[in-house]
Amino acid sequence: MNEIALLVAATLASGTPLALAGLGLLLNEKAGVLNLGAEGIMLVAAIAGFAAAFTTGSDTLAFAAGALAGGLLAAAFGGLVIWLNTNQYATGLAVSLFGYGFSAFVGVGYVGKKLAESSPFEVPLLADIPFLGPALFKHHPMVYLTIALALAIVWFLYRSRAGLVLRAIGEAPESAHALGYRVRWVRLAAVVAGGALCGVAGAFLSVVYAPLWVEGLVAGRGWIALALTTFATWRPLRVLLGAYLFGGVTMLQFALQGAGVNVASQLLAMLPYLATIVVLALISRNPAWIRINMPASLGKPFHPG
Amino acid sequence: MLRLEARPQPSQAMALVSPLIALVLTALMAAALFAALGKDPGRGLAVFFFEPLNGMRAVSEVLLKATPLITIALGLAVCYRSNVWNIGAEGQVLLGALAGGGVALWLTTQGIVLPKAVAVPLVLAGGVLGGMAWAAITALLRDRFNASEILVSLMLVYVAQQLVNFLVFGPWKDPAGFNFPQTKTFDASTWLPPLLSNTRLHVGIALALVVAAAMWVFMFRTYRGYQLQVGGLAPAAARYAGFSASASLWTALMISGGLAGLAGAMEVAGPLRQLTPHISTGLGFTAIIVCFVGRLHPLGIVLASVLLSMMLIGGELGQSRLGLPNALTGVFQGLLLILLLACDTLIHYRVRLARRIPA
Amino acid sequence: MTDLSKRRLLHWAGITTLAATAALVGCGKKEEPKPTAAAPAASAAAPKPAPLKVAFVYVGPVGDAGWTFAHDQGRKALEAEYGDRIATTFVEKVPEGADAERVIRDLAAQGNKIIFATSFGFMEPMLKVAAEFPDVKFEHATGYKTAPNMRIYDAKFYEDAYLAGVLAGKMTKSNTLGFVASFPIPEVLRNINAYTLGAQSVNPKVKTRVVWVNTWFDPPKESDAAQSLINGGADVLLQNTDSTAVLQTAEKNGKYAFGWDSDMSAVAPKAHLASCVVDWSPYYKKAVKDVMDGSWKTERTVWGVKEGQNSLAKIADFVPEDAKKKVDEVKDGMKAGSFEVFTGPLLDNTGKERLAKGVQADQSWKDKVDFYVKGVEGKIPSGN
Repeated sequence: MNEIALLVAATLASGTPLALAGLGLLLNEKAGVLNLGAEGIMLVAAIAGFAAAFTTGSDTLAFAAGALAGGLLAAAFGGLVIWLNTNQYATGLAVSLFGYGFSAFVGVGYVGKKLAESSPFEVPLLADIPFLGPALFKHHPMVYLTIALALAIVWFLYRSRAGLVLRAIGEAPESAHALGYRVRWVRLAAVVAGGALCGVAGAFLSVVYAPLWVEGLVAGRGWIALALTTFATWRPLRVLLGAYLFGGVTMLQFALQGAGVNVASQLLAMLPYLATIVVLALISRNPAWIRINMPASLGKPFHPG
Repeated sequence: MLRLEARPQPSQAMALVSPLIALVLTALMAAALFAALGKDPGRGLAVFFFEPLNGMRAVSEVLLKATPLITIALGLAVCYRSNVWNIGAEGQVLLGALAGGGVALWLTTQGIVLPKAVAVPLVLAGGVLGGMAWAAITALLRDRFNASEILVSLMLVYVAQQLVNFLVFGPWKDPAGFNFPQTKTFDASTWLPPLLSNTRLHVGIALALVVAAAMWVFMFRTYRGYQLQVGGLAPAAARYAGFSASASLWTALMISGGLAGLAGAMEVAGPLRQLTPHISTGLGFTAIIVCFVGRLHPLGIVLASVLLSMMLIGGELGQSRLGLPNALTGVFQGLLLILLLACDTLIHYRVRLARRIPA
Repeated sequence: MTDLSKRRLLHWAGITTLAATAALVGCGKKEEPKPTAAAPAASAAAPKPAPLKVAFVYVGPVGDAGWTFAHDQGRKALEAEYGDRIATTFVEKVPEGADAERVIRDLAAQGNKIIFATSFGFMEPMLKVAAEFPDVKFEHATGYKTAPNMRIYDAKFYEDAYLAGVLAGKMTKSNTLGFVASFPIPEVLRNINAYTLGAQSVNPKVKTRVVWVNTWFDPPKESDAAQSLINGGADVLLQNTDSTAVLQTAEKNGKYAFGWDSDMSAVAPKAHLASCVVDWSPYYKKAVKDVMDGSWKTERTVWGVKEGQNSLAKIADFVPEDAKKKVDEVKDGMKAGSFEVFTGPLLDNTGKERLAKGVQADQSWKDKVDFYVKGVEGKIPSGN
């Protein structure tokens, strides 16, 4: 029983960076911009966050630094893609590549460095409940913030005017432009906000989850997060679901190995990816659902006037 | 204030010049970076741009590295032009390597020595089929279940990597190999015939160029190719014209998967000659970059492959000759790509000095 | 301006950029002969022998604080020892596939007289290059193929793992140990087995659980694996992967773990029991000396605690005295050459006897380890 509680806990922790990055990419994509540079952004933010945490000892500053770094790189991406109308896929890939090299380059001095100890987090009282306590209430605040963020984004997108404008721009930028909305600036705002969230995810990895810096720390989680937004058919709560599914199956396969289950570890390692594919196939069976939810202008450049 | 104004039609001159501008800008930035690191900028640039072509063997290495990139990127171009976003070429490469390598391994362990003219095409055919089979999973899921090909193909990359691990650490391991993860070395009859003696260059490069020419003909001179492109540019128009979206999807993914698989088989039958856990070093992903830098056009792809191979090799040389950190190569490649994309804007847009028009 | 003139302008712009690029590259080319031309002038005074060029090929980044870091420390020790009698170069993050051959060949062609390749996957590429450069000496770590000018070297990591096991056996309260393993190759299996044997020597009830991460280096995944082992009841962890993630996860959970490849004591003061370190410098110094005095010959060198290549370092203060004494006792036995980790009676975890009573395993037995000893749970992936 305890093992299951611990598995649930591990799932939440392991899924959080994926969820954060996925939510950020969701904002991008709702506005019509596909950012394949997520991996590079997370890496740059991870080293920024680590450096900040190392120098100041403050987790909060580390997340802020990560968000800032992520936002800046995303802004560069946005400038290229929104104003110069460069191909979104290629530019995103270039940003990923650049981010990998740049973070490795800048982070050379931080490898092997250790951050200050942080005391384990617990929600008072609730953490003592048997089973639910260790499963749900002993996490870093960022885990809870992520869930709150997902809810906030749902509210923003579907209940606020600003969110409506964002979605309108993602669906029909020409019409929005005709109505007088500053399409390019709104898109840039979405890209930067998304980049900042990816940045927080990256900082979470390097400052809380690992916590250490080494080049390539993110190890493909940016790509997984991208895949998750598609999996989630662009709905925020589904991003959470996908992230936890992925994180959970990853931890499950380790638990199965440790328990001595007689399946080759490589085959077990395939499970998270296969699970994601299967669930996606099931979810996507209804093409109407996808058409409703996918921003119509995703990946296409916009030319005002 | 600078404004971008759309050109009435794309500028031919710019199409040729913009990559050069990007190259020069990257070189300038690189030189500045070298100087900041305390290295001689001239020598730095020479190592990155000149050394990789210095001599027959160096050129052969560049072409060797470019061979799989060209092959994979050609397939990807077909996909992207059809608006099918196959991001998982890496997985298809691995499956092609497994399938082609599997054929070679079977011939070797069974002691069957066929004439080269039979064995090599068998191995390569195996590779093509392997890649196609893997891409078929993506195609099927998109066709039947509407599952995004971006996600499925990407997830399948990781699955493919684990499959390689499983086979190479398990059933296909060389029994005389001290339990190390590698298969027996393939029998010489299955090796790709060399093109240039004293180098590792094999006929794969010739094959890649033939495929490039074939691709050009397919995309720009056949009806099927035309259908694919229209499907990519204007899906509604394609539907009205009666072009089957499903057929286009399958065509694009089969071609792309097959070519990626071919590249994988060429890698294992060429320089590697066995299966190990390290068959592909991100070839499938680098090929995506090559595809875009080459503007999805066969000629551009060939040139872009050579350029990127030069940069990759230049990065290695930068380390061994100059002591430059490995991370720098990624920075340069990213910069080059970003600048290339930015300069490409000049093809479709003019830069104008604009004054605010009084309302 | 008419469109035609604009086209002209662009045309000339294109030619100019081409010319500029050529000029830049041309400038670079001229730089090349200068350094070699300068050398004879400088050495006009007293003819100093040209430094011996030594090259290293690394599979990972030197900053990984693990495998490659340890090799690079060895290289730095070489520089300190030989000063300007040698000139070292290294190439890091070389993928173990088709690219490795090119890198090794280039290093040989650049005049390096002894080249070290520090990962198993470099074996075949190095073999091919060794055939073409008969006067260059090639040294390959952790492999098994040799040539007249290529030899192999390795370390006895399992001795470190055994010593760690001794501490683990004493410190565990749940009698369950955990191991975060990379790939199922003989070296890793030896380490898992040695860890278990060492623990069982002081605590026969100990069991070991293994999780395979299928990578040498992925800190978040290593964390996940460590967490999973801890969730399953393990309270002392060892790893074969290259980062400090396992140690840090242990610390977070109030469990124990070890450093691997390098001294990781600073990373997790409460969890760190000791570090299994490897010091490649004694071997590297010997190899260079062999080349310098002409006594280099093809052989296989596997050094361990006895030769100072492996050791268990920085044992934590809070480890009880009797545990430290036992470790010292075993270490002395290893140094004297009398203690062999793999000594019969040895059963595997299916009950089959692998070593008869009193038999000490020879090198070839150790090379072929493909089983878990009794006490390790589960089956080896793609199991044999």
